Order: sequence, then C-alpha cells, then structure tokens
Amino acid sequence: MADALLIPITADVDVVTARQRGRDLAAEAGFSSGDQTVIAAAISEIARNILMYAKRGEIALSLVANGDRQGVVVVARDQGPGIRDVPRALQDGYSTSGGLGLGLPGARRLMDDFEVVSDAGKGTTVTMKKWRRMNA
Amino acid sequence: MATKGKDAQSPLTDPQAQTESTAALLRELVAHLRQNRTQLREEWARRITRAQLLTAMTEEEIFAEATSVYDNYVEALETGTFEALQAYARNLSERIIPRGVETHEVVGIVLLLRDVLARSLFGKYHEDFDKLNRILDAYEPAANRIANTVAVGFVQERERIIRQQQEAIRELSTPVLQVRERLLILPIIGVIDPQRARQLTEQLLRAIRTNRAKVVVIDITGVAAMDSNVANHLVQTVEASRLLGATVIVTGLSPEIAQTLVTIGVDLSEMATVGDLQGGIEEAERLLGYKVLPLEEVTPKA
Amino acid sequence: MEVPILKQGHYLIASIQSALTDADLSHLREALIERVGRFRARGVIVDVTALDVMDSFAVRTLRDIAHMARLRGAETVIVGIQPEVAFAMVQLGLTLKGVSTALDLEEGLAFLNMQTQVRIERGGPGRIDRG
Repeated sequence: MADALLIPITADVDVVTARQRGRDLAAEAGFSSGDQTVIAAAISEIARNILMYAKRGEIALSLVANGDRQGVVVVARDQGPGIRDVPRALQDGYSTSGGLGLGLPGARRLMDDFEVVSDAGKGTTVTMKKWRRMNA
Repeated sequence: MATKGKDAQSPLTDPQAQTESTAALLRELVAHLRQNRTQLREEWARRITRAQLLTAMTEEEIFAEATSVYDNYVEALETGTFEALQAYARNLSERIIPRGVETHEVVGIVLLLRDVLARSLFGKYHEDFDKLNRILDAYEPAANRIANTVAVGFVQERERIIRQQQEAIRELSTPVLQVRERLLILPIIGVIDPQRARQLTEQLLRAIRTNRAKVVVIDITGVAAMDSNVANHLVQTVEASRLLGATVIVTGLSPEIAQTLVTIGVDLSEMATVGDLQGGIEEAERLLGYKVLPLEEVTPKA
Repeated sequence: MEVPILKQGHYLIASIQSALTDADLSHLREALIERVGRFRARGVIVDVTALDVMDSFAVRTLRDIAHMARLRGAETVIVGIQPEVAFAMVQLGLTLKGVSTALDLEEGLAFLNMQTQVRIERGGPGRIDRG
C-alpha cells in the first residue's frame, strides 16, 4: 500500500479539501467520473460527522490492490465522544444533530466496504472502501 | 550414459554437440523447404481443399494465405523466434474470423502442413534411416511449437472479438432513442442485473443532458422479472432523472412485476406509470404540449 | 467564497461558481431569503452546474432555501445538477423531494415564467409542487 494522504479535519473548509483530494485520488486510480463523485460524497459525509461530533480528527486516503481489483481506502479517525450504539447510528433516519441523518448510513450505501469501530469516550474510526475491477 | 566408453563423444549423447547438430539439421531442413517451396506449397493447398478446410475461402485466397503461412513457418524454423509468426497468426485470425473460419480448421491446416513437410522429409531421407530420425527429432519440437503458436493466436483473437462483441451488445441492449425533440425513449429488454441497471442509468442521465430531454419514457415490457434490487434501481433512475429536470414515465409493467413490486413494498408513489408504450408516448407528448391530430383535421379544407 | 446573486426582473439568480463550505452554503441561504423579501422576488434560481458533488448538507440547504422562499412568496428552481452528481445523490437517498429542478438556467427561467403565469391566472399565490 502506498503512503496514506493525511488531511486534518478541524474546520468546514477541510471537508471540501478532503473530498477534493479523494476525488483526485480516485481519478488517478482510474475510477469512472460517476464513482469519483460517489467517493467524494461519502468522504464529505464522514468528514462532516467528525466536525459535528468530535470537533476535530483526520482523514487518511490511500489506494490498495487486491487481486484484479483496485480500491480507494478512506479512514476517518477522531478522539471524540464515540458512538454508543453503532448499529443504531447506521440506521437510516438516526441523527442526534438535527441533520437529515444521512451521515453514516448514506456513506455506507455509497461505498462497497464499511466498518465502524467506536469506543465510548475514546473516539471513532470509520474505514470505508470502494473497489474497481482492473483492466475492465 | 556419457560414461559408456566409445559412445561418450557421439554427437547424439553430448548435449553441447547435440544442440549444434540440431542447429545444423534445422539449417539443412530449411534449405530443403526453401528449395521445394513451390511444390510443397501446392501440395499443401491441395490437401487443404481435399480435407474441406477453409471452405469459406476461395482457392486463390487459400493459396495466397498458404504461401504466407509457409514462408513464416520456414522463417520460424530458421530463426527459432516466434514473434513474427505470432504477429502473422494474429493478423491472419483477424482477417478470417469474420468470415466464419473455425478453430478446428486453423488447427487442421497447420497440422496438414506439418504432415506435408514430414512426408517430404521421408521422401528425401528414406535411404538414410538414421539421418531421417535425427532430422525428425529436430523438426518435430519446432513444428509442434509452431502449430501451438498459430492455434493459440487464433483462439486469443477469437476471444478478443467475442469480448468486443459482448461490449457492443451490452451497449446496444440499452439504446436511448430520441423520438422527437426533448423526448427520449428507453426500451429495456431482457434481464437486468445491478451492473446493467447502473450502466443504463448513467447512459440515460448523460442522454438527458446532451439531448436536453424533458420527458423520458422507460418501457419495461421486455423485462421478464424484477427483484427488489432492480426495482430500487428503477426508482433511483426516475429520481435522478427528475434531479436533471426530466419527467419519467414508466410503461409496460407486467401484472407479475406489478404484483412483485407491491408485495416487496417498493415505494412507487413518485413514479408516473402508464399501461403501454403507446399510452406513455401520448402522455409524454401531452406533457411537452404536443397535440396529435389526424391529418384531415389539420389540413385546411379546399 | 461568496455566491453572486443577480436580480433579473422578478427573479433572483444565484450562480454557484466553485465548491462551497457549509458556512458558504448557510450564508447563501440567508442572503437569498433576505433578498426575496427586499426585492419582492417571485422566483429564485440556484445554478449548481459548477458543483461536482452534493452531500446531505448541501441538499438540505437547497431544500431549506426552496421552502423558506415559498413561505415568503417565491418559487425556487434548482438548475444544472450534473448527471454524476444526481446519481450519487439518489444513492445517498437525497432526492430534493418537493423542490423543482430544471436542466439549466434557460429551462429554469422558462419554468418560473410558466409557474408565475399560472399563479397570476389563478389570481393569487398558489402552491405548485412538482415531483
């Protein structure tokens, strides 16, 4: 795996930076413009989640290869309050911030792999991946 | 074996000497094939016709190809490199595949050539059985490799063409048609899997933008079955089209599909549906502000 | 990044030029709603052609603009959503329900002209939902 690109998330302008970098990386890896948009939208959702619930955190972007597939990996980390009930936070319509409640469940629908690890009081790590068939 | 006294230095058992003698034998072989080019080539072409191979081609064509194959064959024997032959095999396949030439025919003609040449070697060396054996030892592995190269080249080219055709069929299977200004029709036929549903949506959205379409009729009369995944895709297609400013009318929902959709609880409240394609087009024209009248009502009476 | 808002007749046209932060979007919403009242606008067009992604915050802001403008007497139409953006939006579950959309600025203007025409004919403000 190549070195991950780290983007600190401390203000709303960082959300824009993170999703633009994600789109660039996906374009570089040969994803279609439709998939680039999907990846950018998913990054936007989880980056905003960091700002809303943890105030600060970071997003790491990297590429992986697995057999004949290539993937964009997005890892969002924060040391915020954590999510008490992860399965519930992944349900549509669940939100504690008065938003549309699409943050986590929305991002999950856009990506192929989605994993949330959260410790109450210690923070949350969201890892999500989007795959592309190579030479396809 | 090398320790067997007087035979130790014999060219047949010393690997170094054997390689050298193989090269020498191949040189001799190539010279023979060059010398008898005209006659052997004719014999080969005759046998191809007799074996009823390459029936899609005329005799002149067979002879022309036979000449090229023969020369490439001899060259591969001489140089021991197969790149030129490989390129020729690919090129040949590209030309003859569209004419319906089958794999067994290509393999058949290369094997025939091997046999024609082998027979001519029998003829030349029949008095020196030992020499004949050594010539054949040198000839057979090279000949087999050549047959292999040509056959593999043909099959690869065939596969490439099949892949290309599949791609084309996939494109064709979701044709977005413009029937009049600002009106698109997307007739879907066959089985929809998630990949095709996705491709179809992307194609339709692009077409809406390039054709500045206001109304789209998606006709699914030709869709045999629909599961909840595909139904949700259809709903997404309708919603995405609306985001671009186009209204979608879905036509041709079969009773079975309608029942499935209701049973699995797909929310179709946002979707405009009309029974058949004709009704859908009429509704689309109404939305676009067209009114279709019989000609006599439009033409002023004389 | 400030979004320029043009006044053209009875309409306000906001054309987004580049990627917007959440704060930019909130600012756009406030500026538009304030101007709908100040200029007694009948219609609002938000041109999003330049946006290469729309997430839940952007979509919620656009929806809020449409609903708030309607409460203040103006019809809103969102124009220029790109095909890829639309497809990603529906996968996210963001469909802008109850908000009018059109292909581009020209179509948006035509739509507003038609809507205000209908309203005038019916004599008074009416609610016209599309989609």
